[in-house]
Amino acid sequence: MTVHQLSVFIENKSGALVRVLRLLKQENIQLIATTIADTVDYGIFRIICSQPEKAYNVLREAGVAVSLCEVLAVELDDRPGKAADAIELFAGEGISIAYLYSFLLNGKGVLIFRTDNAEKAAEIITSNGLNVIGEKDLSRLL
Amino acid sequence: MSYQKFFNPEESYSRSELEALQLERLQATVKHCMNSPFYKERFRKAGLTPSDIRTLDDLKKIPFTTKQDLRDTYPFGLASVPLEQCARLHSSSGTTGNPTVILHTKKDLEEWANAVARCLWMVGCRPEDVFQNASGYGMFTGGLGFQYGAEKLGMLTVPAGAGNTLRQIKFFTDFGTTVVHAIPSYASRLYEVMCEKGVDPRRDTKLRTLIIGAEPHSEDTRKRIENMLGVKAYNSFGMSEMCGPGVAFECPEQNGMHIWEDYYIVEIVDPDTLEPVPDGEVGELVLTTLKREAMPLLRYRTRDLTRILPGECPCGRHHIRLDRMKGRSDDMIILKGVNIFPIQIETILMQFQELASDYLITLETLEDNDAMTVDVEMKDQFIDDYSKLQTLTREITRQLRDEILITPRVRLVPKNTLPKSEGKAVRVVDTRKKY
Repeated sequence: MTVHQLSVFIENKSGALVRVLRLLKQENIQLIATTIADTVDYGIFRIICSQPEKAYNVLREAGVAVSLCEVLAVELDDRPGKAADAIELFAGEGISIAYLYSFLLNGKGVLIFRTDNAEKAAEIITSNGLNVIGEKDLSRLL
Repeated sequence: MSYQKFFNPEESYSRSELEALQLERLQATVKHCMNSPFYKERFRKAGLTPSDIRTLDDLKKIPFTTKQDLRDTYPFGLASVPLEQCARLHSSSGTTGNPTVILHTKKDLEEWANAVARCLWMVGCRPEDVFQNASGYGMFTGGLGFQYGAEKLGMLTVPAGAGNTLRQIKFFTDFGTTVVHAIPSYASRLYEVMCEKGVDPRRDTKLRTLIIGAEPHSEDTRKRIENMLGVKAYNSFGMSEMCGPGVAFECPEQNGMHIWEDYYIVEIVDPDTLEPVPDGEVGELVLTTLKREAMPLLRYRTRDLTRILPGECPCGRHHIRLDRMKGRSDDMIILKGVNIFPIQIETILMQFQELASDYLITLETLEDNDAMTVDVEMKDQFIDDYSKLQTLTREITRQLRDEILITPRVRLVPKNTLPKSEGKAVRVVDTRKKY
């Protein structure tokens, strides 16, 4: 089970980010979580949102460089140490995390991450009794 | 010690003496060219024989030679002597299409050294000087060209090569360097680093003369460099097709570059009509070599735009003066003395699956340094992975550097974001300070 994430290539130029956000606003798409890293020339703007497929098409048609991919989302109790416990499981199995971000949704912590081995990561999570959430769960939480 | 004013007697020739010498050498050159299958065929097609060249004006009957001719006859098709008589080869950078190759006999190399020595002598270089050549060696003619010229003049010559600024400065102070050859942007860099290291060029060095060339620069830039380093800076013009440096050079008047008319016949033509432009107007420089053995070139279209400065030079030389180069009549880019064609860059970029077809080359002056940025559009589907994007950027940069010998800054940009002008892609933007 996975959730959809949009990845948008953002030029390091004023107006580039706001253009993407406006396009999503026009279609009434709701952002759930976003992350962006700073590099010298460009950024990758990663978005978890409502109606990801619609959002993808809107951006694509507007000529925005975007890709849609699947990422793992894990629900955690909002208590100290929960993230550490979860990540420790990966470290023990030698799985590398490419990127990770988190947000709170209705009192639950959600970790979004991409690893070098999605299948194995999902297996580890479920076999350790953690709650992997999917698209439907997200919309329920909204 | 007192020295003669001129390095060679030809330097002080009157116009009529020069023209008589030119005709004699032109006739000999044309005759010699018939040893090259290329020129033999050219003359046959044009219905010309060497005996048709009776006056200097008859030069106009001869078809032009172009860079494309050099490429088409790559590598040795334009040689007018057997290869065993050649002593050196210089080649342009790059692997796109055919590079251009220039051959030299031993005699050609001696004449080249003489021309460079004459230039250096003209601006006051003498055997007691210490000459540091901060220019790239190897295929770049500014290295060996100045090396042999400076040695011929009899200076203590330091083949420092390009870069390694701290070592350059150490050589200045330790060896008592008085004359430096460097591209203008590097001269500024030398000064910056001197300041950082607490070296005062006036107090701590004996620098007196700077030779700058191979990179377009303005009169303001020259003045600024002169003030920074406490030197007199002289503009130098050359190109590998005509040996390299030593073709034209400023005299102490610093007002235009005397082109050595005992070595070359100068024409300035309209690049579109190929007809001569009126005196003093800007056009394309066309040169005919007069003393070359290995590879004489007749009416070679240099693609450099310039004009002949009218009037006599107070220095007493009657060789005409060329104004600063005003640009190019083709799309060749000159950056840090390296000649680059946009097609070389395009060919490299098109080999990457991840890239779309549009790109933009920007040339700009950043902190007194001329630099190149290449923006290149990615294909629709983009890669959501920083490390892959970085690896891609690095690989493009590396391959471009291998091709054009300069390290550009490469930026990946989304598709359809580069400027278009009336539907046509803009390929090169040049905002460098110049002329």
